Amino acid sequence: MSLLEVRGLKVHFPIKKGIVLERTVGHVRAVDGVDLSVEKGRTLGVVGESGCGKSTLGRAILQLEPITEGSVVFDGTDLSGLGNKDLRAMRKRMQMVFQDPLASLDPRQSVSSVLSEPLRTHGIKGPYDARVRELLDLVGLPATAANRYPHEFSGGQRQRVGIARAIALNPELIIADEPVSALDVSIQAQVVNLLEELQERLGLTYVVIAHDLAVVRHISDDIAVMYLGAVVEVSPSEGLYDEPLHPYTRSLLSAIPIPDPEVEDTRERILLRGDIPSAAAPPPGCRFHTRCPWRQPTRCHDEVPLLRVPEGGDPGHTVACHWAEQVASGELQPMSAADSLATEPALPPAG
Amino acid sequence: MTTTEVRDAIPGQGLAAGRPLLEVRDLTVTFRSRGRRSVRAVDGVSLDVAEGATVGIVGESGSGKSVTSLASLGLLNRRGVDISGSVRFDGDDLLNMPEDELRAVRGREIAMVFQDPMSSLNPVLTIGRQITEILERHKGLKGQEARDRAAELLLSVGIGDAVRRLRSFPHQLSGGMRQRVMIAMALACEPRLLIADEPTTALDVTISAQILELLRSLVVNSRTALVLITHDLGVVAGICDQVHVMYSGRIVESAPRRPLFADPRHPYTTGLLNSVPRLDQPRGIPLLPIPGSPSDTLPWTRGCAFAPRCTRQVPECLDGPPALLPDVDGVESHLIRCVNPVPDEEQPA
Repeated sequence: MSLLEVRGLKVHFPIKKGIVLERTVGHVRAVDGVDLSVEKGRTLGVVGESGCGKSTLGRAILQLEPITEGSVVFDGTDLSGLGNKDLRAMRKRMQMVFQDPLASLDPRQSVSSVLSEPLRTHGIKGPYDARVRELLDLVGLPATAANRYPHEFSGGQRQRVGIARAIALNPELIIADEPVSALDVSIQAQVVNLLEELQERLGLTYVVIAHDLAVVRHISDDIAVMYLGAVVEVSPSEGLYDEPLHPYTRSLLSAIPIPDPEVEDTRERILLRGDIPSAAAPPPGCRFHTRCPWRQPTRCHDEVPLLRVPEGGDPGHTVACHWAEQVASGELQPMSAADSLATEPALPPAG
Repeated sequence: MTTTEVRDAIPGQGLAAGRPLLEVRDLTVTFRSRGRRSVRAVDGVSLDVAEGATVGIVGESGSGKSVTSLASLGLLNRRGVDISGSVRFDGDDLLNMPEDELRAVRGREIAMVFQDPMSSLNPVLTIGRQITEILERHKGLKGQEARDRAAELLLSVGIGDAVRRLRSFPHQLSGGMRQRVMIAMALACEPRLLIADEPTTALDVTISAQILELLRSLVVNSRTALVLITHDLGVVAGICDQVHVMYSGRIVESAPRRPLFADPRHPYTTGLLNSVPRLDQPRGIPLLPIPGSPSDTLPWTRGCAFAPRCTRQVPECLDGPPALLPDVDGVESHLIRCVNPVPDEEQPA
């Protein structure tokens, strides 16, 4: 059985207007019907651009955002049905690693106080010194770090403290929201390797949320690609670069620069027109149809595609596109940048 | 100033016939602050940018890549900052130029695009007003003429419905759109040099690809030289003719992009390349991080600043500053500053 199961999850934030007589004039559909499952000991990567709802999804899994509809089932228990006391007990088993360790660590708290706080909060009796030392050792920091303060560390070391805090209670699930994007390039790999090492040693299950597809692919077993509040493709990490099925995944992959001039000079870029639409008024039908280079005159604009296994496809690789088979076989060709930019002037062709 | 026995070679020198467009020599920038140790952000950088060239400057935070460009253009607050060396643009000394002359060069001859367009645009003026202001000041255009030219500029950076957009305020535009406006403003006077400092870092991947494509086509279609400053080796791989890698205020490796990516020889460059996962390679290749952090540096006067983090450190690394030497692998324009460079067989595929 999966350790984490997300079914039909929706998180809508009301848009309020008026001062005295506040009324709701609409909803931002940050997460709008997401199904996911993660097996114990595995890593699910969630990628998408800003505003796609990936962070809200992570927070909603931990019940840090009110859920509008749907359920989050952790180890067989539906979290939304739990009272405060039971939820608190469950939270011991699920922890979060945040993007910016400088913002998520209290500047006036020493590292030993940061690391013992979760223990104290969950009623574990002290002294905590031995556990703090053990945690520091696990994340590769010297025992002397215990008496220092967050500002005395470099960004990479601070993120190690953030990770140590997350594993303090021996959780089973860790949700890491952009764990490396605030760090320097040369440091990112250290943190990625640390996360992998801890997973192996402690048998952790990860949900890694990030915008950097290369990093996510490196660390994850499976990847869910999100666009405007919905998952458009779920694929084993292995095959995603070679066989992306959804047009959005294709353009996302082609947009990521690769540090190799030989590759850069020869690869084909699928440039998308315009920007991501507002989540307050997502386009009807397929959410991506307004920017999709493979858009068809039928179905795309009025029929919502569901995640499905394309004909003859691998059951672990699902896609929410009406035309996935035809796009994969090459029967449908993308509109050139010039056509798809019909309402906007075309970008000059690649030089 | 440090005394080096061997003079540093000049990255980018001799790549164009005649005088280079931008000539930076021994640029050193020191930030002083009361009661604290002063910080040398740029420590003797020399480089040439030829007319129409595309040059990448790559480095992590604190490497001095942005300060190099800001100091060159006289954009650093003079208070508390010591700048030495020389910066010549088309033969004219920018560092000692009176402010009003410098202002005429900036904007007309040299333009800059910054990372965050929201803080570079004026929030209370319309896009149109901000573009026409430049055209009025530098080109002497007025009224309808300026507005027409502004609309043309917006069209050239891929903003449709340009006439309506001219009446928009910055907050009404998306991040990608704002960066397009910044580029349109930078191009308003057809500058000979465009300096783009992390132009896509604040943007989403798909938008970033649009902006890079735009920069690429602008560079190809005009004679504008481009200096692209970034932390992302992937970004320079697709655009730049010559790439300079900076560490702790100095250029440590410089090469045309193909040799740089195919035969990187400085341990810092190979370290950077080996520490990022690559999409086009099979999954499961372990990442080899650079140990330590950018703050573990040595002052260049004592030896190689990268030595404390370097896996190839030898005692000679601490025998004073290594010089930047040309002719790596017989490529004249491939320069490295290292006494124990990565040998051929350890190059990544």
